[in-house]
Amino acid sequence: MEKITLEGLHKAFLTPTGRTVALQNVDLKIAKDEFVALVGPSGCGKSTLLRIVSALIRPSKGKVFIDGAAISSPSRDVGIVFQQAVLLPWRSVLDNVLLPAEILGLDMKQARARAYQLLEMVHLIGFEARRPNELSGGMQQRVAICRALIHAPSVLLMDEPFAALDAMTREELGFELLRIWAIEKKTIIFVTHNIPEAILLADRVVAMSPRPGRISEIVNVDLPRPRTLDMEFTEKFKGYSDRVRAVIDQGKEPRELTREIK
Amino acid sequence: MTEHALSPAGDDIEYEIVDVRRSWLKESVAPLLTFAVLLALWEAGTDYFNIPTWLLPSPSTIALAFVDWRGELWNHSLTTLYETLIGFALSIGLAVPLAVAVVYSPFLRKSIYPILLAMQSVPKVAIAPLLALWIGFGMLPKILVVFLVCFFPIIVATATGLASVPVPVMDLIRSLSANQIQTFIKIRFPTAMPHIFVGLKIAITFAVIGAVIGEFVGSESGLGYLILVSSSQARTPVAFAALTILTMMSIVLYYVIEFIEKITVPWAVST
Repeated sequence: MEKITLEGLHKAFLTPTGRTVALQNVDLKIAKDEFVALVGPSGCGKSTLLRIVSALIRPSKGKVFIDGAAISSPSRDVGIVFQQAVLLPWRSVLDNVLLPAEILGLDMKQARARAYQLLEMVHLIGFEARRPNELSGGMQQRVAICRALIHAPSVLLMDEPFAALDAMTREELGFELLRIWAIEKKTIIFVTHNIPEAILLADRVVAMSPRPGRISEIVNVDLPRPRTLDMEFTEKFKGYSDRVRAVIDQGKEPRELTREIK
Repeated sequence: MTEHALSPAGDDIEYEIVDVRRSWLKESVAPLLTFAVLLALWEAGTDYFNIPTWLLPSPSTIALAFVDWRGELWNHSLTTLYETLIGFALSIGLAVPLAVAVVYSPFLRKSIYPILLAMQSVPKVAIAPLLALWIGFGMLPKILVVFLVCFFPIIVATATGLASVPVPVMDLIRSLSANQIQTFIKIRFPTAMPHIFVGLKIAITFAVIGAVIGEFVGSESGLGYLILVSSSQARTPVAFAALTILTMMSIVLYYVIEFIEKITVPWAVST
């Protein structure tokens, strides 16, 4: 059975300047432990879609099912990583990681043990007593990933988590995420506007187009795991990249269509 | 993990000393020196131009007044300090809970803010005689003036702070289905703390002024009273001594708040 099912999702906003259709008729089935990347230009509704799956906003029409049950409020079986690390500046690294455990009322002794385990996984042991402002952007985002995983959710939602980082840190964190995912299997929805990143990380790349936001193509990435950086230079990778770029470009003005659809 | 691999390059190279901590002593040299020069000019000026003491006393005569009147000055200072601190504490005690109510109730916010603004716009100097008329000449009317001048900055700063939780943080906390109490204790209040301290620092500088305004209107003690009486009796050095204490009191109280801020909200003060 599918882990996550999106069924006929629509999202429309009524603003003083008119109506905006952020999402139109989005259907998607995501298997258990699958890594799915949502990729598309800004305004294609990919972040809106993630917010609907996390139940932070309601769809105008349609339903989201996790493990077969329609969701109406945020599920505790979900961990979220945002574009910004969103760490609380008054809390130490360790206490930031422990925040969900406190709020969800988990056993704190076990949670602490798990927090250390997670921090070790992202090479942050020795930094647990530091404050967020003492860390680099990449380190902060690692803490945010640990926080999203502290309550051992089976679903991980990531909204452009590495977009604010420099290119090298972004690659490093991408592979770190894959390593974590190999150790602790999770169903991951990863939103990005970076096509190579999406292909390198995901099992399936869902290409979205704007105005109205919709799924225009789903590309199965058949590259062996563990993924490596040099896969980017293979013909197969380039083929995927061109295909995704082509469908995304379709949604734009014709003059911007620079590549042919393969 | 290059970002935290900071190993020394070796002993054979010359390190440039980078010290971001500034020495308290070094920082104080310039202002203290300036102050000393100004005092010297003042002393020499009053002497050279032969300015009568009742008009403008020299620093040395003021210093003498400090010694001669130390008992009086001490007692009146205590009165003013007491009024200031009680009024300030009362203001915190009422403004902070009301700010919480305002943040959680749009109705309250809409109804209370215009009243607060009106209250703030009324000159406190004009209210002080009325307070004396209604509740007499004891300490209470002074405490109330202090309370009134402190209230507005504290409630506005607290309400602003409580409402300033960034949207992504609210998303995070909502995704965890945190209840209102958890959200307040773990997120809202700590977020508001630096803002509250801004309000407190503004309020404390007004607080001493408020106490003096109250004392000017009618009282038998306090530094404001002492200034009023000694200047009317041409004992200007005493008035200056009282004025000096008032200034010191304001400055010291400000730094006390800043010190408390440094230990309660270290994340907001230092980097």
